[in-house]
Amino acid sequence: MTPSTAETVLFWVLAPVMVLAASGLLLTRKAVHAALCVITVMISLAFLYVAQEAPFLGVVQVVVYTGAVMMLFLFVLMLVGVDASDSLVETLRGQRWVGWLGALGLGVVLVGVVGRATYPSAVGLAEANAPGNPTGVARIIFGQHVFGLEVVGALLVTAALGALVLTHRQRLTRVVKQPERAAARVAAGARLTPLPAPGVYARHNAMDVPALDPAGNPIDESVPRVLRIRGQEAGTAEYRADTYRRAVTAVLAERGAVGDGEVDAALGAVADEPRPAAAPPGTTTGPTADIDLGGGSTRTETER
Amino acid sequence: MTLTNYLVLSGILFSIGAATVLLRRNAIIVFMGVELMLNATNLALVTFSRLHGDLTGQVMAFFVMVVAAAEVVVGLAIIVSIFRTRKSASVDDINLLKS
Repeated sequence: MTPSTAETVLFWVLAPVMVLAASGLLLTRKAVHAALCVITVMISLAFLYVAQEAPFLGVVQVVVYTGAVMMLFLFVLMLVGVDASDSLVETLRGQRWVGWLGALGLGVVLVGVVGRATYPSAVGLAEANAPGNPTGVARIIFGQHVFGLEVVGALLVTAALGALVLTHRQRLTRVVKQPERAAARVAAGARLTPLPAPGVYARHNAMDVPALDPAGNPIDESVPRVLRIRGQEAGTAEYRADTYRRAVTAVLAERGAVGDGEVDAALGAVADEPRPAAAPPGTTTGPTADIDLGGGSTRTETER
Repeated sequence: MTLTNYLVLSGILFSIGAATVLLRRNAIIVFMGVELMLNATNLALVTFSRLHGDLTGQVMAFFVMVVAAAEVVVGLAIIVSIFRTRKSASVDDINLLKS
């Protein structure tokens, strides 16, 4: 019995892919890439099993290894942190070289022995697989190896329990629920409303542009804290109420004063004013009341 | 091509898995190396099963798969609990008994 031509082609397509993917496991820096390489090897192995007259094992390979084991690996990777990379410090001196040498020696010995040994002529599984491969395998498992199967079942239960025990964490403190958090926040006098979104009323609505208050002054806390700490907040002067400035200019132009100085003076007066706190509804407070913006002039300004 | 090719491929995969176990420091990648070695032995078992015309080899490969699944569950749980206490998944950092 010799492998068919189709099987030969399949082998020579899959074998380099598998060796490359296995080397990827050895050489890639990121653990996620290593996991993807191992998945490639395992799926290729499933193809080889089916080609080698073991369709049952091929299916089990995909279901158990690629489906369950590698997904478990990926879950743990996400849990532990995908960027967990290798340390480059050698704790054992020369361990790297010894490791390479040992692995290379093992490979040479294995390939040499396995490749040069003389095997009996291959029998093939046509006869054993006559009632169907799963049936044949089941007859052996539930015939000769029934006790082994029971032991394996006990092992699986033990493993599941062991995983539960190993990852169990005892709660040391009481659970703090949402009403308690809210009460604590009110008691501490912290801000109760959501923070303003970045870019509101400004000329851009990018994340780093602070929102503007009614007077056109930037609100620092509208920019995400991370950007503020990194110093990536956009310059506040750049995004000051530009439309507001233009409106003030227009009003002043109507009054006859057109110089930049007058505008700056008016805006400065606005900026220096203390920000009005919560105003009762209906009353006009803030700078808009002080600088009388004629309705007509603002409209022409926005239309321009 | 003969069935020896499969056995040679199995040997190559096994030694790459062994190299991964010896050389990598990330515990999860080391564990994947162990899985690769188990898979390589499974390929050898399936090939020998075909060589001898006996399905027992496939049954052995099946048992190896089941035991490997149980082993992965426990091993990953150990890695997770070590990561929780040591904040590291590197096998070099687990020297609690030293010093």
